[in-house]
Formats: sequence, structure tokens, C-alpha cells
Amino acid sequence: MSQFKELTLQGLWKNNPGLVQLLGLCPLLAVTATVTNALGLGAATLLVLLGSNIAVSLVRNHVASEIRIPVFVLIIASLVTAVQLLMNAYTYDLYLSLGIFIPLIVTNCAIIGRAEAFASKNPVLPSAIDAIMMGLGFMLVLLVLGAMREVLGQGTLFDGADLLLGDWAKALRVEVFHADSHFLLAMLPPGAFLGMGLLIALKNVIDNKLKQRQAVEKGSIARARVTGAAQ
Amino acid sequence: MSFKIASSPHQHNQRSTAHIMRLVALACLPGIAVQAVLFGYGVLIQLVLAIVTAWLSEALILKLRGKPVLSRLKDNSALLTAVLLAIAIPPYAPWWIIVIGTAFAIIMVKQLYGGLGNNLFNPAMAAYVLLLVSFPLQMTQWLPPLSLQSVDLTPLDAVCSIFTHYSCSGFSLPQLQANIDGITMATPLDTLRTDLSRGLTLDESLNRPVFFAFAGTGWLWLNLAYLAGGLLLIQQKIISWRIPLAVIASLFVLSAIATLAAPDTIAGPLFHLFSGGTMLAAFFIATDPVSASTTNKGRLVYGALIGLLVFLIRNFGGYPDAYAFAVLLANMAVPLIDYYTRPRTYGHRPRSELK
Repeated sequence: MSQFKELTLQGLWKNNPGLVQLLGLCPLLAVTATVTNALGLGAATLLVLLGSNIAVSLVRNHVASEIRIPVFVLIIASLVTAVQLLMNAYTYDLYLSLGIFIPLIVTNCAIIGRAEAFASKNPVLPSAIDAIMMGLGFMLVLLVLGAMREVLGQGTLFDGADLLLGDWAKALRVEVFHADSHFLLAMLPPGAFLGMGLLIALKNVIDNKLKQRQAVEKGSIARARVTGAAQ
Repeated sequence: MSFKIASSPHQHNQRSTAHIMRLVALACLPGIAVQAVLFGYGVLIQLVLAIVTAWLSEALILKLRGKPVLSRLKDNSALLTAVLLAIAIPPYAPWWIIVIGTAFAIIMVKQLYGGLGNNLFNPAMAAYVLLLVSFPLQMTQWLPPLSLQSVDLTPLDAVCSIFTHYSCSGFSLPQLQANIDGITMATPLDTLRTDLSRGLTLDESLNRPVFFAFAGTGWLWLNLAYLAGGLLLIQQKIISWRIPLAVIASLFVLSAIATLAAPDTIAGPLFHLFSGGTMLAAFFIATDPVSASTTNKGRLVYGALIGLLVFLIRNFGGYPDAYAFAVLLANMAVPLIDYYTRPRTYGHRPRSELK
């Protein structure tokens, strides 16, 4: 159980693919203009990640290490194709609005990174848990960034959620405030970069606070440096 | 007789940062006065809003960063950023435009990079670009000079329209922009651009009432006032003559050549020099000591690059005026320019002789 806890903590916080590893930035920055888009791409990535980690973990003892990368890419590419066809069939409008970024999941480094770093060295169950947690961590960042940009840019939340979840989701749409002129920058790529930077800064602040609190609780003694400045 | 041994620098300049920043802000006064008299009092209200926002956001961030607040506020750099942004935006823009812009300039562009001296980009111009990209409508609503306006604007009207979007007598900005015939007027650069895109020739466009002599009505005097303030700064040795001269010379030469080649579609050099923000940008914005090039040769290159970019964007780009974009792009090139224009260190041979 402690392994499960550790994997959860790593995926969601300590080693978050979006905020710490900074992997998959291209889709992360490009599709987070609205929460719905973020949710759609996050879910697709999560599915692919789960499938690829399980498959890679299953074949890890049968693939020669010299050709492992092409094999991983092949596995991921077939999963992405499957997800793409699924989205084309069931969430066509979202498929259109995400556009090129669905096939580009293949190139999301977070997926091949987990395959190489974790799934190729661990049994199936931990790999699957790792995939779910990493995928959730990635999706969480997408969602927060998407919410920030949508509120700032349009003043709404879950605009167009019915594209993803069906007609009932029209009720999800929240109008936070109404403005005559939208803050366009939040919707444009620079807004994504600024928002991402702020999120990373926020995480670092929280981490520092936690570390300070732990140091106080442990009552650790900082070593006084008596010889010159730290180099 | 005692010989004091001290390390360099041996020549000291008695001027403090606060003093220099204050002088630059004071040198803007002629331009601000001309703008207030010819274009209405909106600019004064924008100035007040900008300065208050700048001080508040600077104090807030300094407090968060655990730095001394009062001593840094007194260096007047936030004040100057606020002044430059306030005179660059349309004087009757709604109040939240300048508040968002100034807060962004101070918090994001200046303090997040580490405060005064560490910012890569000119804060005022980065904020201007943010506003122009985010709120294109509000950022292009320039009123024509008072002499061409159909409605008389009082100082109180300026307050009303900045805070409520309507003047006290109930006119909206687009109504105020119209002349007696009800035709909406834009800035000279904007008018010229629209006319040219509609197939009019330069001469036909220049007959409109927003133009006067070889530049825009009012804009000519505005640019002359900033030119005067800038020359004062050079005379006081606050700024180097190299950047303004390079900006103006490169814009002049390029537009002179272009207007000879295409006299019907590209305005002449004098029009370009005395329209839009040329003089303000050349003397006050491009010369920002932090984000501009620091070597003598580099300053010439940097200024010429700004002139080139402005010429290209004004005539072939998507915006009528381009100093903010040009200055930001040139800011990005500054590390490269500085690297290749390093002066020879005293006592060392020039690099060409080393090989």
C-alpha cells in the first residue's frame, strides 16, 4: 500500500508531469483556452497513458532493449489512433475543436517518458497505477490552467461542455462575470505561458512553505557556516 | 601628502537614479501640456490613475519580496513607467485600461524579473502591447484634436468619459470621435492606412481635416514638444544622443527612399517623423537605460533596428503605429547586439588584430 501512496504523491504533486517535469507543454499550452478542451485532451491523454503503460509493462521482458523505443512509439501510436477514432465517433465537435492536438498526443513526452522510466522496469499493476496518477496530474494542471484562462478571457466556466459530455452538460456552464470586452491575452498563447509560469511559481511557494513547516516540526538545527560564503 | 588608493570607478556621477528618473519625467511635461491643451484633459486623469496604480503595485510586490519599500519607491522608476504608459495610451480610454496596464508593467514585466535593472523588456511598452493585443477596440479610440471635435469637451467631461464610458452630457466615445459632418475620425496614421487600403492615393488622403501641413493636426505640435523635451535630456547628458539619432535617421532614410520609389502609397519622411509616437519613442522610450543597448556602437545598431521595424510595420504590417512592437523586438536583440559591439578594453588590442 505504501507503494500506491508513493505513486499517487509522485504523479499528482512531487513529480507532476505538467508542473515539475514540464513534459507535454505543447498541448498543455495550446488547448487550455477553455475547461472543456482541457478536460477532453486530459482524458484522452490519460487513456493513452494507461494503455501504453500496461502494454509496455506486459512486453517489457520480451523486447530487446536496443529496439525498445520504436516498439514503445508503435504501441503509443496505435493507442492514439484508437482514441482519435473514438473521439471522432462519439464527441465529434470536441474532435474538431481539439484538431491536430489529438494525433499529437503521440509526441507527448509525458507518455513515452513514463513508458521508458517506469513501465519498462515495473510489473503491470504499479505501472497502471503510475499511469493513472500521472495522467490525473497532467489533467489537473490542464484543468486549472483552462479554468484560469477561460474565466479571465471569457468570464465563463465549462463553456461548451455539452460537446464532450452530452446535452445535459449545458447546465454546467457558469457565467462568472459578464464583460463587454474580453481579456483577449488570456485566450492567446502568451496568456498560456504567463498562466503556466504563475502555476509553477505557486507550486514552488507551497513546497517552500511545507518544507519550512517540516523543518520547524522536526526542530532541525541549521548548521552555522563559519568559513566564507557558500559557493 | 597622502595618496588614497581606491578601486575604480574613479570618476563619479553625482546624479542618483531618482534624480535621473525625475528629470526624464519632467522632460515629458511639454509633451503632456501640449496633449492636454490640444487633445483634451483625459491625459491628466490617466497620469494620476497610472501613478497611483504604479506606486501601489510596486509597494505591494516589494512588501511580498521582503525588500525595503519606501527607498525603492523613491527611486522614481515606477513613476516614470507610469508616466510613459499614461501618455502612450488613448487619453479617453476607460479607467481599467490604464490600471491593468500599469499593474502588469510593474508586477509582471519589472518586479518578476527582479526589479529595476533586471527587466529584459521595457515595462511601459510591454504593457502597451498587452493592452493593444487584449483590448484592440479601446486602445484605438483616439479622439481627434479639440479644434476638430464637434462637441466641446470640458475637463469634467474627461472624468465622466474615463470612468463611465460616456461624457457628462451623455456622448459615447464613437460619437465624440465624429466631426461636425458625423464622420468618425481616427489618428492621422490610422486614417492614412485605411485610405491607402481603399485605393486612395497619398495626396487624396492628405486632404482630410485630420492632416495639417506635412503631418497630423495636433500631432505635429505634440511631436515637436517631445522633441524639445528630448533635446533637453541630451543637453543635460541624461540620455545618449546615439539612440534617438539612430531611430530618427533610419526612419528618415528608409521612408525617403521608399517615398521616392512609391510616391503614391508611402508617406514621406517628415510625415513619419512627426506622426504617432516617433519623438516620444525615440527620446523617452527607446533610451530606457535598462532594456536598451549599453555600448556606443550597439546603441546606433539598436536605434536603427527600431527605425527599420517601425518603417516596416507602419507601411507593410498590421498596425498603424509600431513603436511598442519595435522596441520590444529590439529589446530581445540587445544581448546579441551588446555581445558583438563590446568596446576594446583599455590596454588590449582590438579583436581583429589578435588573429
